[in-house]
Amino acid sequence: MSLSVTTEEMSVRVGAIVDACAELEGPLLPILHDVQKEFGFVPQPALQIIAGRLNLSRAEVHGVASFYHDFREKHPGRHVLKICRAEACQSMGADRVADHARRTLNVDWHETTNDDAITLEPVYCLGLCACAPAALMDDKLVGRVDEDRLDTLIAEARS
Amino acid sequence: MSLVTEIDYGTPAVTSDKTVTLNIDGFDVTVPEGTSVMRASMEAGIQIPKLCATDMVDAFGSCRLCLVEIEGRRGTPSSCTTPAADGMVVRTQNDRLKKLRRGVMELYISDHPLDCLTCAANGDCELQDMAGAVGLRDVRYGYEGENHVKSRQNGEENPRYMLKDESNPYFTYDPSKCIVCSRCVRACEEVQGTFALTIEGRGFESRVSPGMHEDFLSSECVSCGACVQACPTATLQEKSVIEIGQPEHSVVTTCAYCGVGCSFKAEMRGDELVRMVPYKDGKANRGHSCVKGRFAYGYASHKDRILNPMIRENINDPWREVSWEEALSYTANKFRSLQEQYGKDSIGGITSSRCTNEETFLVQKLIRAGFGNNNVDTCARVCHSPTGYGLKTTFGTSAGTQDFDSVEHTDVVILIGANPTDGHPVFASRLKKRLRAGAQLIVIDPRRIDLVRSPHIQAAAHLPLRPGSNVAVLTALAHVIVTESLFDEAFIREKCDWSEFEDWATFVADAKNSPEEIEKISGVPADEMRKAARIFATGGNGAIYYGLGVTEHSQGSTTVMAIANLAMATGNIGRPGVGVNPLRGQNNVQGSCDMGSFPHELPGYRHISDDGARDIFEKLWSVKLNDEPGLRIPNMLDAAVDGTFRGIYIQGEDILQSDPDTKHVAAGLAAMECVVVHDLFLNETANYAHVFLPGSTFLEKDGTFTNAERRINRVRKVMAPKNGYADWEVTQNLARAMGLNWNYTHPSQVMDEIAATTPSFAGVNYDLLEREGSIQWPCNEKAPLGTPVMHIDGFVRGKGKFVVTEYVATDEKTGPRFPLLLTTGRILSQYNVGAQTRRTQNSVWHEEDLLEIHPHDAEQRGIRDGDWIRLVSRSGETTLRTKITDRVSPGVVYTTFHHPGTQANVITTDFTDWATNCPEYKVTAVQVSSSNGPSEWQVEYDEQAKQARRILPTINAAE
Repeated sequence: MSLSVTTEEMSVRVGAIVDACAELEGPLLPILHDVQKEFGFVPQPALQIIAGRLNLSRAEVHGVASFYHDFREKHPGRHVLKICRAEACQSMGADRVADHARRTLNVDWHETTNDDAITLEPVYCLGLCACAPAALMDDKLVGRVDEDRLDTLIAEARS
Repeated sequence: MSLVTEIDYGTPAVTSDKTVTLNIDGFDVTVPEGTSVMRASMEAGIQIPKLCATDMVDAFGSCRLCLVEIEGRRGTPSSCTTPAADGMVVRTQNDRLKKLRRGVMELYISDHPLDCLTCAANGDCELQDMAGAVGLRDVRYGYEGENHVKSRQNGEENPRYMLKDESNPYFTYDPSKCIVCSRCVRACEEVQGTFALTIEGRGFESRVSPGMHEDFLSSECVSCGACVQACPTATLQEKSVIEIGQPEHSVVTTCAYCGVGCSFKAEMRGDELVRMVPYKDGKANRGHSCVKGRFAYGYASHKDRILNPMIRENINDPWREVSWEEALSYTANKFRSLQEQYGKDSIGGITSSRCTNEETFLVQKLIRAGFGNNNVDTCARVCHSPTGYGLKTTFGTSAGTQDFDSVEHTDVVILIGANPTDGHPVFASRLKKRLRAGAQLIVIDPRRIDLVRSPHIQAAAHLPLRPGSNVAVLTALAHVIVTESLFDEAFIREKCDWSEFEDWATFVADAKNSPEEIEKISGVPADEMRKAARIFATGGNGAIYYGLGVTEHSQGSTTVMAIANLAMATGNIGRPGVGVNPLRGQNNVQGSCDMGSFPHELPGYRHISDDGARDIFEKLWSVKLNDEPGLRIPNMLDAAVDGTFRGIYIQGEDILQSDPDTKHVAAGLAAMECVVVHDLFLNETANYAHVFLPGSTFLEKDGTFTNAERRINRVRKVMAPKNGYADWEVTQNLARAMGLNWNYTHPSQVMDEIAATTPSFAGVNYDLLEREGSIQWPCNEKAPLGTPVMHIDGFVRGKGKFVVTEYVATDEKTGPRFPLLLTTGRILSQYNVGAQTRRTQNSVWHEEDLLEIHPHDAEQRGIRDGDWIRLVSRSGETTLRTKITDRVSPGVVYTTFHHPGTQANVITTDFTDWATNCPEYKVTAVQVSSSNGPSEWQVEYDEQAKQARRILPTINAAE
């Protein structure tokens, strides 16, 4: 998966995704998901291609894509760490954990570490309030996160 | 005079056979089923506070200000999204609702600037009104927290603050004033149908975004103004209001651009025009507008406008400003002496499709009664004369059969030779709305126009025919309908001449007219033609809309008749949702034709040889009229070159730029001794003029325009003519100078004369227009309030006439030297020869004409996008720049003719429609090659134009 994708290549790859979803009712969201899966993020030129293929305006596709925080505009690091900042987790010390993460990784929210290993993102409720504070490393849910457990997660991700 | 205020009912009107009665604040209200509680309440005269609702768009329910209590229901539902029901008891105001609304308003205001006194919307702001309505007295939250209002916050830049977007020449977008009500987004989608706006982000980060976070100018926005109209605050605001201030009075009038004929409120401050706002009661536009009508009125006060009459002996001399008396007596003497020397028929005139009906009527009256000949013609000669001929022959009237509302009942549309999103944008929006609701569209056009495919629009079929093969393709469609027995026999037997139908059916059923054979001529796949024919014949209400791509051909009249045949064969005439609908080019081209502008026709399309018709005018005017048709424009020019035609009065038309074969037009004009141009500007034709009479704009006079749906709309004077006289007064003064005893004091008297002499206008007068807003002719004893749909109980001519439409290829053919076919068209931001729109900021969208060429043809010639190229035909050559696009098929090139420098008509040929002499603008065999710069003709022309436009400085006595 290369970062620099030529216009033609983009057109072919996005086109294939659109074709695969063409029969769905309301195909835009599944397409955006698949594009993010394909490229790791939703490149701006892809939105134009999708708009053209689905016969929507650029504005409409932009409106949908920008509504969802999970559709990224930039390529993320190799791993994405999400820390819950909703009420239950906050009451159990999530802010402390989050501060620790930002300090340790030396990044702010939505930023990626210099070694491109980890992108840090906030999330508002992972449905794991019983085990607050909660975090999500890539697809893996982690409960009762404290500074130590976070350090372990980060170390694993960097290894 | 005061501001014309229109009631905003909050949600659109609903039509339903069933009504419901509800009680609102103790009053019973009966409304059609499906009407919102908000609208019902407004109809009872009770205004429920609202911000996100407006009656141009569907209810949205986001502002939470229009909450009401309904007995027996829990909570406080929003009145805009709640349909009224029988027996419903609604409270719009009590302590609970007051508190809720104040709370909501308080939140809105907590993120809105408090600069009301210096805000451009001061006095015209719904947010301000609602704050007043709910009694907001205090905002407890302060501005210390996050906000979109302040550029700097706590000594740092506020990342949420966005600068004003001033990229659009006519309006600004100030995000700091936005309350994210989505009215602009919905107006762009539902009213205009462009979908250029969205709300990006979510929650507190939500913002209006043109395109993909672009500025307005580079987004998909077409600047129709619907969003500005919908905005309840100063977020989207006309620049003219920012500069001038709020208007204090307004006058309802009619747009002077295309044939849609939109009604506008001209909103004024003193005699300064502040803005044009589309009028919701306007029956053509229903409250919508396009960039031209809404914003492009700056030409009326442009510095190029000539305000004093001028004369010169010789066209090589500079102009000399003179008094009106001198200019008119000079003209009158010259015309009379030419007639003495060269005969009565040696002079003539051209009426204008841009002037009012009354003005046009007077010009033809001047020619017929004053000049004593019938040498009168109009620019419809070069656009819709085949419509007049074709529809008169088949149906019996020279006009479209429907009103624009009809499109709301249409199921299948055939669009042929028209590009409404550019040429007739407000109609296009109405069509698109219907298409989004499920109607099907068949496009017959050499070029892939926007309606073939654009956001939310997808034509069911596109037949990209070779220019010049319209007749063949329409006959092939008829072939399918006849051979597959898809015609409406009952309709034809009842309303048409059955034996003529049989002749016609035999002709179209011939194998030579089958789609398979026609594919060889037209280049359209036979299957596509078969599919299109089946969709049209079986898809429900079928309507045909067409434009100049039909008429401006050597077989223009034949194509119009082929269209009429198709409509009759499928029974699509005489009810809403069907019909044959010419999209007229200019604001009053229908009217100018109605008013007897053609050399062979008196007002109301009565032939000049018709003794009865002539008698009416002869009695009223006390003159003897010539019973022989006079000269058409091309004949006048030919006669001028021959030396027999010596003088012409041209009102509001630029024949040198708009008529074909520019060199011939120039030669004709140059050969005349007295060319009188009556116009706003020194147009191209004026380069060859001896007398220039300054004209007045539509803002400066009273009168009427008749649009494409035969609707007579009032034009109302909102300011005094800058040149001193309305155009009808100028014509009257010229008539007087020539010895005629005319004494009109108001255009309504001219309309009375039209009504008295013309049966289809018999019932029309200004009082009726005032009462009804507008009237569609025929308006007479049988139809006292006019006729929205024609031919309901049978055709005007009696039986509908099927005409055999044999395809005869044009003589203009491609060959080795000229292998490409050039066709011409229009673009949204410019209008016709551009005399008006080029003098507005509309030019930011289109500053020059470009030649569209297919990538394949471009590559063969080594031409890159944006290159200067030489465009050569058998008639002449010009240069312009290219745009490489697959909108055009290989073998076809396309350009617009909005700029005089382009000289597109140097290229076009002198082939014309066999019946009406309408020029064949749409087919010219050409070759394209690389070029270094302007052609010799362009250089010479520029030089001549520069010389011809010199005006002698006026000598100031004080110096």
